[in-house]
Amino acid sequence: MPELIRVSEVSKFYGGKRALGPVSFEIGTGETVGFLGLNGAGKTTLLRILACDLRPSAGFFSVDGVDGVATPHHIRSLVGFLPESPPIYPEMKVGEYLHFAGQLRGLNGANLERRIPEVEEVTDIVNMHNELLRHLSHGYRQRVSLAQAIIHEPALLILDEPTTGLDPAQIVEMRSMIQGLKEKHTVLISSHILPEIHATCDRLLVLRDGELVASGTEQDLSKRLESCRIAASVTPGEASSGAGDIQASLAAVPGVRSVKATEKSDGILELLIETESDMRAEISRALVNKGYGLMRIDRADLELEEAFLQLVHGDEHAGG
Amino acid sequence: MQAVSVVFRRELAEYVRSVLGYVVAAAVLILAGLLFYSQGLGPAGGERLSGEVLARFFFFMSGLVAIAAIALSIRLIAEERQAGTLVLLSTSPVKEWEIVIGKFLSAFVFLAAITVASFYMPLLIMVNGKISIGQVLVGYLGLLLIGSACLAIGVFATSLTRHQLVAAVVGSALTGIMFLFWQLSQVLEPPLSRVFAGLAIHARHFIGFQTGVLHLRDVVYYLAVTYFFLLLAIKAMEVKRWE
Repeated sequence: MPELIRVSEVSKFYGGKRALGPVSFEIGTGETVGFLGLNGAGKTTLLRILACDLRPSAGFFSVDGVDGVATPHHIRSLVGFLPESPPIYPEMKVGEYLHFAGQLRGLNGANLERRIPEVEEVTDIVNMHNELLRHLSHGYRQRVSLAQAIIHEPALLILDEPTTGLDPAQIVEMRSMIQGLKEKHTVLISSHILPEIHATCDRLLVLRDGELVASGTEQDLSKRLESCRIAASVTPGEASSGAGDIQASLAAVPGVRSVKATEKSDGILELLIETESDMRAEISRALVNKGYGLMRIDRADLELEEAFLQLVHGDEHAGG
Repeated sequence: MQAVSVVFRRELAEYVRSVLGYVVAAAVLILAGLLFYSQGLGPAGGERLSGEVLARFFFFMSGLVAIAAIALSIRLIAEERQAGTLVLLSTSPVKEWEIVIGKFLSAFVFLAAITVASFYMPLLIMVNGKISIGQVLVGYLGLLLIGSACLAIGVFATSLTRHQLVAAVVGSALTGIMFLFWQLSQVLEPPLSRVFAGLAIHARHFIGFQTGVLHLRDVVYYLAVTYFFLLLAIKAMEVKRWE
């Protein structure tokens, strides 16, 4: 897959406060990539940099081989941007607005006249052509905003929280539209809502406090976290004084990051152990050597939701 | 240049559609009519030569045009920032100067239309008195030039902020200071007095237009002020875009 976007050590500071970076990644042509993170993680800043709406404080990025810092003007013609809040003029009619947006992107004449009905059809706003934008619901405004972002057939489509403020039915429709757009555009989507990304993207980049903390497919992310979580059930040994003792014993094993022990009513201890790698063998040995009765040990499966929460919250929340 | 034309047409349509445009036009024309009657034609004005009446007309019209220019310009960029629509322009392949010039020209054309709508007043003087069409045309050229300079100051003010109120205060303050340079020049010693007299946006540079005398230096002055503040606005847009 040929590379479309290259981001190298990009940072953004607002005053003295770091909002992003340094982050580095590549995105290939035709990929649909989701940027996950909580509010304030740096998603919007990163997308605005890629849309050439913001200049990075440091670092380099290119789109289709064009330097985004030195020649942002050229990149803007390759990019369609849907900001979180639809950039619409309430007093304009839908058709008029799309005409304006198309002309801003250099379209005119027959080309523009051809594209307006096409994007209206893709975003299902054909019947709204003569409606004033101020009369439209948020959902329709979002569609019109999506239409302006694709009117010039950009190679790269950047969607910042495209389903924010939509009702469940509109969210499904928006997802379906984005699925359709994947065929023609490389698509970047930001969201803090996991199912949106989960349903739409080929690859995920997870941001936390402005830093890229994980990258990969949904399966990659889950696998990465699974390998670090081990669940075990043990019966306390004769010399054991309970949960505190077993936690201390396991914490002394090299590679163990944290141990969470919960005592059940039948006396069995349920353990959730965070380790640097799959250490089931080492954990088993340590438990048996200490005189615990090992009843079960397994890798803990994580749902993507849990993986997401671990990644975006950081290590302090890991394991529960 | 297509981008300038696209921005210009949208902004001009916005003035035509908006309440603001009509309120400013109505206020300027009503006040101009009242002042014209009270200072020129009415009994309070006393007996004057036609040329003096016309000069007084251009004098108060220049003040009204300056105020109207600030009122029309403050929304141009600040409103778009506030509403979040500026991102449409800033992520399109449109340069900062194209945005600024397109917006400036739309406000200038609307201001010019309001100014020209006052033409019936000099016509009344022509019908009832003795003035030359040249004096009238030079006066209107002066109004358009001072309007252009004040608009450019307003465009600079609106490029600095997302709050229209802040833009209005900054624009009004800058214009007021440019007016007060003349008063300042009267109390200072040379060479500072000459510097401030030369910088003052009204008195020395407008008096020629008021009396029908066209000086190239005055035309150059107003064009230079317009250019300077539009350049500042473009730079402010660039800095804001990349801040």
